[in-house]
Amino acid sequence: MIHNRDSFLDNIAERLGRSRNTSVKPDGNWAFRPQDKTLTGKTADELMEVLRNQCRLIHTELIETSSDKLAAVLESTVNLYGGGPISLWRDLRFDEFGLGKLVRETWPARSVEVNEWDSNRGKENIAEAERANIGITFSDMTLAESGTVVLFSSSDKGRSVSLLPHKYIAIIPKSTVVPRMTQAAQEISRRVQTGETIPSCINFITGPSNSADIEMNLVVGVHGPVKAAYIIVEDR
Amino acid sequence: MAMKIGEGKFKDNVNENMQDTFMRGAVAGAQERLRTRRLDAAEELGNWEEWRSHGEEIRKHVLDNLDYYLHELAENVQKRGGHVYFAETADEANAYVREVVNSKNGKKIVKSKSMVTEEIGLNQILEEEGCEVIETDLGEYILQLDDHDPPSHIVAPALHKNKEQIRDVFAEKLDYKLTSKPEELALHAREKLRQEFLTADIGITGCNFAISESGSISLVTNEGNARLVSALPKTQITVMGMERIVPTFEEFEVLVSLLTRSAVGQKLTSYITALSGPRQDGDADGPEEFHLVIVDNGRSKILGTEFQSVLQCIRCAACINVCPVYRHIGGHSYNSIYPGPIGAVLTPLLGGYDDFKELPYASTLCAACTDACPVKIPLHELLHKHRQVIVEKEGRAPISEKLAMKAFGLGASSNPLYGAGSKMASTVMKPFTKDGRISNGPGPLKTWTEIREFPAPNKERFRDWFKEHESGGVKK
Repeated sequence: MIHNRDSFLDNIAERLGRSRNTSVKPDGNWAFRPQDKTLTGKTADELMEVLRNQCRLIHTELIETSSDKLAAVLESTVNLYGGGPISLWRDLRFDEFGLGKLVRETWPARSVEVNEWDSNRGKENIAEAERANIGITFSDMTLAESGTVVLFSSSDKGRSVSLLPHKYIAIIPKSTVVPRMTQAAQEISRRVQTGETIPSCINFITGPSNSADIEMNLVVGVHGPVKAAYIIVEDR
Repeated sequence: MAMKIGEGKFKDNVNENMQDTFMRGAVAGAQERLRTRRLDAAEELGNWEEWRSHGEEIRKHVLDNLDYYLHELAENVQKRGGHVYFAETADEANAYVREVVNSKNGKKIVKSKSMVTEEIGLNQILEEEGCEVIETDLGEYILQLDDHDPPSHIVAPALHKNKEQIRDVFAEKLDYKLTSKPEELALHAREKLRQEFLTADIGITGCNFAISESGSISLVTNEGNARLVSALPKTQITVMGMERIVPTFEEFEVLVSLLTRSAVGQKLTSYITALSGPRQDGDADGPEEFHLVIVDNGRSKILGTEFQSVLQCIRCAACINVCPVYRHIGGHSYNSIYPGPIGAVLTPLLGGYDDFKELPYASTLCAACTDACPVKIPLHELLHKHRQVIVEKEGRAPISEKLAMKAFGLGASSNPLYGAGSKMASTVMKPFTKDGRISNGPGPLKTWTEIREFPAPNKERFRDWFKEHESGGVKK
């Protein structure tokens, strides 16, 4: 439902001194486009260096590994963060990157509680994420400049997994790294313009939650996770 | 609380707040830090001026085509299964939100930081309905617990409070027994508020930018509270000022880059969330119902006037963080939820000159605000325009200025009077003069010399000096 739109927009048009335009798409014709020149000339290795340096500023541990060592690295990072319960997305990439055994066999065998997001179980997913010590997701796009993982939600990829647990681990396939938010925005806009339905929630996450509301002192860990780690993995 | 946060006169507020040494220290320290961080972040980007120019052209374009983009936004929100309500006034916006809350039998409401809901006084309306309304931004939570102490800064609302004061508030209201360490205070708030998020019926958010092409709204935070507000309750209501919109994700990205750098010197904040409608089929979190309330509340009256550029504002507070006047008098002196240079321009436009005619004078016109603004609002020029309007159209210059101008007009319009006056000035002012400066002036000079010295009139008048020197520079 849309309420009161016509009168509201008529008033705006009148103030602007013309009649209402709702049909002719205005052309931006931008005179400036600084984003096209920002970090765009960098090689993949140079972007990795940008990302590494940025992670030092956002209180986020950065671990680099190859795909054959990923399972071992993830396991030790989880141990370092105090183990389960673990909450994670239902995401084919866990298998593609050789983590299926860890998730479905190794951890359960050691009585580490692992909950995979399952939309059929509705609200229970939220309760599990709330109970979890660690939430684990893959990154859909990764922004080198700001050290940001971009997460596209879906019925298998709940918003709560990167939000409610006490700690958060993002697995970043190296191929997802782009220079900055510009490239992510262009990709999302491309999807919109080709008529794709974009996710109901797109999160740009940069490290753990924090606040400077008390005397401008930085406190890391407020409403979201109090710690965050990124594991960067060479693609298979 | 509406936009106006106090009944005190501007001058009384200033006198009172100038005595608050903690507040003044806190404000000065915060200004230093935020200003330095912004400059570092801007320098790192390399071509900051180009970014500003792009930000400016985007905001101008949106304002010039606001009807088109708001129409498109509403269409797309509806396509995503959301509801849109266009509210001309604060009352209409509040009535709609109340209606939605009641229809959902909502009792507990969690809110993330929103200036526009403060502006329209939404909390009070909902509390009168018997709802429990909980602010979840840490700064706003502190203020709400402290019997609704008003915010003093648009990004860091509790800037004026120290950690001991905050501990005392927590001890009194939350039975808190730990120390004043910010980490412990924040952890306590986390635990308290987490339970509220999980049990709330309704989530209310503001909106940093709406994205027209996809019908999305966006929330920019560091704490993650806006994510919780929009992920857990069954119903989400988002309230936005009608000008807070961009055409596509590409322009969104540019303005977010300007906002986070200008506000806190971060490349991006911890959480930037773009939400499109309610949860989709199969989603297990996110709201089942989504309402977008688009608020005018006086903004359209600014469109098409010489003040239109103030609507380019993206609420980063960079102007506040460099303002020498804000530094000394603090946010509460402005009597408005919008303090500092942006507040001094915007508040009289939204709230009228009756209550806020002093604000355009709370500036030295030094233009630091204009230089800091990431979307190039000519703030100091708009302050100057306000003064012109107040004097020329409204005929209500401050009384001291009126008297001084009247006296000067009288003296300067008659040659003998001017001659006598300027000859006597030095003698008349002699009792107040020390080392060529006046530090305790009489009459209209008093307000000036309370805070700074005034140069004493020279013993030798220019016209005498000129008479002596006009024959060739040799003193006879």
